[in-house]
Amino acid sequence: MLRVIGAKSIDDLFTDVPAAARLSGTIAGLPDHASELSVERQLGALARQNIAAGEVPFFIGCGAYRHHIPASVDHIIQRGEFLTSYTPYQPEIAQGTLQCLFEFQTQVARLYGCDVANASMYDGSTACWEAIAMAGRVTRRKKAVLSSGLHPHYVSLAKTMAKFTGDTLLHAPPSLTAELDVDTLAVDGETSCVVVQYPDILGRIADLSALAAKCQAAGALLVVVNTEPVALGAIRAPGEMGADIVVGEGQSIGVGLQFGGPYCGLFATREKYVRQMPGRLAGETQDAEGKRGFVLTLSTREQHIRREKATSNICTSSVLCALAWTAHMTLLGEKGLRQLAALNHGKAVAAADRLARVPGVSLVNDAFFNEFTLRLSREARPVVRTLAERRILAGVSLGRLYPGEAELENGLVVAVTETTTEEDVETFASALEEVLA
Amino acid sequence: MTINQSGWRPTAPDASEEAPATFTGNRALMLEEPLLFEIGDTQTTGVDFAEVPKGASRLGGLERNRDIGLAGLSEPETVRHYTRLSRQNYAIDLGVFPLGSCTMKHNPRLNEKVARMPGFADIHPLQPVDTVQGALALIDQLAGWLIRLTGMHSVAMSPKAGAHGELCGLLAIRSALEARGDAREVILVPESAHGTNPATAAFAGYRVENIPATEAGRVDVAALKARLGPDVAGVMITNPNTCGLFEPDMIEISAAVHEAGGLVYCDGANFNAIVGRVRPGDLGIDAMHINLHKTFSTPHGGGGPGSGPVVFSEALSPFAPLPFVEKRGDSYVLVEEETADAEHSRSFGRMTAFHGQMGMFTRALSYILSHGADGLRQVAEDAVLNANYVLRSLDGVLDAPFGTSGPCMHEALFSDRDFGGDLSTLDLAKALIDEGFHPMTMYFPLVVHGAMLVEPTETESKATLDQFIGALRSVAQRAKAGDQSLKAAPVHAPRRRLDETLAARKPVLVYREPAQAEAAE
Repeated sequence: MLRVIGAKSIDDLFTDVPAAARLSGTIAGLPDHASELSVERQLGALARQNIAAGEVPFFIGCGAYRHHIPASVDHIIQRGEFLTSYTPYQPEIAQGTLQCLFEFQTQVARLYGCDVANASMYDGSTACWEAIAMAGRVTRRKKAVLSSGLHPHYVSLAKTMAKFTGDTLLHAPPSLTAELDVDTLAVDGETSCVVVQYPDILGRIADLSALAAKCQAAGALLVVVNTEPVALGAIRAPGEMGADIVVGEGQSIGVGLQFGGPYCGLFATREKYVRQMPGRLAGETQDAEGKRGFVLTLSTREQHIRREKATSNICTSSVLCALAWTAHMTLLGEKGLRQLAALNHGKAVAAADRLARVPGVSLVNDAFFNEFTLRLSREARPVVRTLAERRILAGVSLGRLYPGEAELENGLVVAVTETTTEEDVETFASALEEVLA
Repeated sequence: MTINQSGWRPTAPDASEEAPATFTGNRALMLEEPLLFEIGDTQTTGVDFAEVPKGASRLGGLERNRDIGLAGLSEPETVRHYTRLSRQNYAIDLGVFPLGSCTMKHNPRLNEKVARMPGFADIHPLQPVDTVQGALALIDQLAGWLIRLTGMHSVAMSPKAGAHGELCGLLAIRSALEARGDAREVILVPESAHGTNPATAAFAGYRVENIPATEAGRVDVAALKARLGPDVAGVMITNPNTCGLFEPDMIEISAAVHEAGGLVYCDGANFNAIVGRVRPGDLGIDAMHINLHKTFSTPHGGGGPGSGPVVFSEALSPFAPLPFVEKRGDSYVLVEEETADAEHSRSFGRMTAFHGQMGMFTRALSYILSHGADGLRQVAEDAVLNANYVLRSLDGVLDAPFGTSGPCMHEALFSDRDFGGDLSTLDLAKALIDEGFHPMTMYFPLVVHGAMLVEPTETESKATLDQFIGALRSVAQRAKAGDQSLKAAPVHAPRRRLDETLAARKPVLVYREPAQAEAAE
C-alpha cells in the first residue's frame, strides 16, 4: 500500500504535523492493548461495584423509571442493519430506519395528542430547552414562565442556556403541598411560553385546560413536559388539554435506566409550527416508480443547510433509542399501554396507602400516577442513605434535588412501577418504620 | 502481492431481461413491509401483564377517555415487522460505509456486551453515590484516558453528542471571556467547517464570520490574522480539517488567536486520524469535543445516540459544566450544584439532566482498553494509510483538488470535474449503491465543487478497499463518459430515487388513516 501511495513509511503520511507536536512513540502511562477476556473482566469488576435496580427493592424515579422491557426489543435494536447504520442521508438504502422513524413520529404524536412529532432529541431535558427556544421563535418574545413542578435539572439546564441567550426565566421551587401552581402562574403580553410538567416532579397531576386558555389569550404558548410516558396510557393527553408544544423523556419505554443516558427526547407540536421545530423529521414521499418511501425532510431548518440560521445545532439525535421506544410501543399497542398504566397506578396507590400508614409518614399528593411524595417526620436525605446501606433504594430525597431548601428537606419522592412487588413495598415500609422510630 | 488489484466483480445481471412482476410486490428475500398502522390494531398486544390490584383510582378526574390510536402487534409479528424493515438498511455490518467525516468503523460486539451488564445498564442516575461507585470509577477512568490522549487539562463528560459538545466548548469560552470582563461578539469559522459549527456559535449568542481557505485547502492564516481583534472571541477550527488535511500552521494560529485575546475551539470530529500520534494540547487548543461514536466506535445506530465529551485547557477548566466525577480519598463523588465548592464556583452550569451518555462511556472504554495506547496509535495510522491508498489508487480517474498538496489524513476528497453530460456527484453516488456500497459524503465540504469525501477508516482490509476502488473507478469512468444510465440509479435498491422536493412541499410527517387523510385534503 505504501508503494502505491509513494511513501517510505507511515511517518511520511504525518509530515504536515509540526515537528514539535509529533509523538515519537506511545503516550506514557497508558497500558497497551488487552484481550477480549481481560477487558470483560476489568469492566465486569467495575459493574459489580454498583447496586443494580433489579437486585433490590427499588423506588427511584424523578425523570427516569425502571420498567420491564420485553426481550425482543433489545434483539431488534441489535440487528446490525439498525445498530451499525448512519443517519439516513441515502434514503434508497435506509428505508428501514426511515420507516421506523415515521412510525415513531406517529406514535409520539398520538400519545401526546399533537399533530406532529420529530424523530427524537438527545433527552427530555434538552428537548425542554429546545421547546422554550422554539416558543421564543414563534412568539418573538423572550420571557418564559416555568412552573415550580418542573424537574429541577431541567430548570437548571434552561437557566444555563438562558444566561447566554438573554431569555428571562421566572421560576420558584415547589411547595410540599397537594396543589400545583398552574392556576396562579402569571402570564402576560411578554410571555413566550409557560412550561408545566405533567405529572410534575412531586408526582402531582392537574388539569391544564384553563392554563392553556389563559396562555392562548395572552399570545403565549403552553409547553407541557412529561417525564413518564407510561402515564399517558391512563391520563389525558397534554395536546387534548390545549398544549402547543409537548416534550418529554421517552426513557421509560424501551430504553432502560443506563445511569442517565443515552435516553430519548420526545418532541411534538401543532402542524402550523412545524417549520420552527428543531430536530430531524422523516416524511413520506414517492420514488421514481411511484412507490411509497420515506426521506429526511424539511432539512432547510437544519444546521447542515442553514448553518448559523438553523433552528437548532443538533446533528445527531437518538435514533437507536427511538427505535427501541417504537418497538416496545408496538409490542404494547394501545391495549397493552393501558394495561401497563393501570398496573402502575394500581400498585402505586397500594404502596402509597401502605407507606402512609408508617408512623411519621404522610402522603403529600391528592392525585398522582405512579409516583408520589411522602412527608417524613425528619430530613429525608439521611433516611435514604441509611436505607441504601440496608440495600433498599427508597426514592429521591428532595434535599438532593433542592439543596438548601429547608421547607422541602423532609420530602421523599417514591416511584412504583409494574416491576415493584408487594414484598418490596413491605420491606421498604418496615425498614422505614425502624429508621424513623 | 497483486491479488484483487482491480477489485472483485460480481457477475452482472442481464439488464435486458425484464423480471416479471410478483403478486405480492416482493422479490424473494426483498420483502415489502407495510406501515405498523396498516397491519396492527389497538386491540392487539404482544405483552401480558399481571392483574391490576383492586383499589380506587387516584387520577384526580383526569382519566384518559379518548382513544389514543396506538396500533399493536403480537411478539412474532413485531419481530418480523422490524426484521423485515432492517433488511432495507445498508450498514457497516454489510460492507464499506465510507461517509467522510462520519467515521463509520466496525462496532466491536464486546462493547455491546459490557454496556448491557446490569451493573451499568440497570442503575439509576439518582441512586445514592455509594451505590454507584463502579459507574463513577468508569467515568473517571474514561476521563483519564481522554485527558492523556489529548494532552489537555480536564474533560467535561456530560455533552450528549458532537454538536452538544461544541456548545459546551463555546459556553465555556464565553464564560471565561465574560469573567475577565471582556465580552466579545464574533466567532471565526473556516468556510470548510461542519454546519454544526456556525449553528452552535449562533446558539451560543455569537455572530459568525467566515475565514477563507487557501488553494491548498488549508485555513488562510494571513486572512485569519488580519481579522483578529478585540471583538473576536475565538475561532472554531476542525483539525484535521474537512478537506481531510492537517492544518500545518495550527500552532501559529493558536498563538495568534491567544495573542489577540481570543480562545481556540477545535472540532474534534476527525480526532480518529491523529489519536496516539498528536495531542491537541500540544497545538495550543483550549477546547475540543471528542465524538465517542466516531473515534471510539460507539455505534451510530441510524443517527444517534452520540456522545461528545469536551477536553479543556487549564484556562477554560474552571468554567466546565456540572456535573462531573471526582475522586476524593478512596471514593468517587459526583460534583453537582449542591456539592460544587469554591473550586467549581465558576462552572457555567448544567447542560443535561443527568451525567451524560453512560451507555456510550462503557462502550468507548471497552474499545479503548481493547486497543490500548499502542492499538489506538495504530488506529490513526491505518485510517490514514487506507485513505491515502484510496486517494492514490484513483489518480487519473477522479479529480482530487488537493491531491498535489501532499498526503491526506483519514479521508480522501474528490470533485466532479470532468464528469460528462450533465452528470453529477449525486448520480455517481446512486450508482455506487447499485454496486453494493454506501456512497461517500456528497457535496461537503462546500469549498469543493461536487465534493465527494471518502473515509475508509482503519476497519477495511486491502482486499475490501480494492473491491471498493474497482467499483468507484468503474462508476467514475461511466460518469466521465457521460453515461446517462447513471441518472436512473439506483435500480437494484429497495427504492428508486425518492422525491425529496415532494416530501418538503407537502410534508406528511405522521400516518393518517385513509379516511382521516382524505378529510385533511
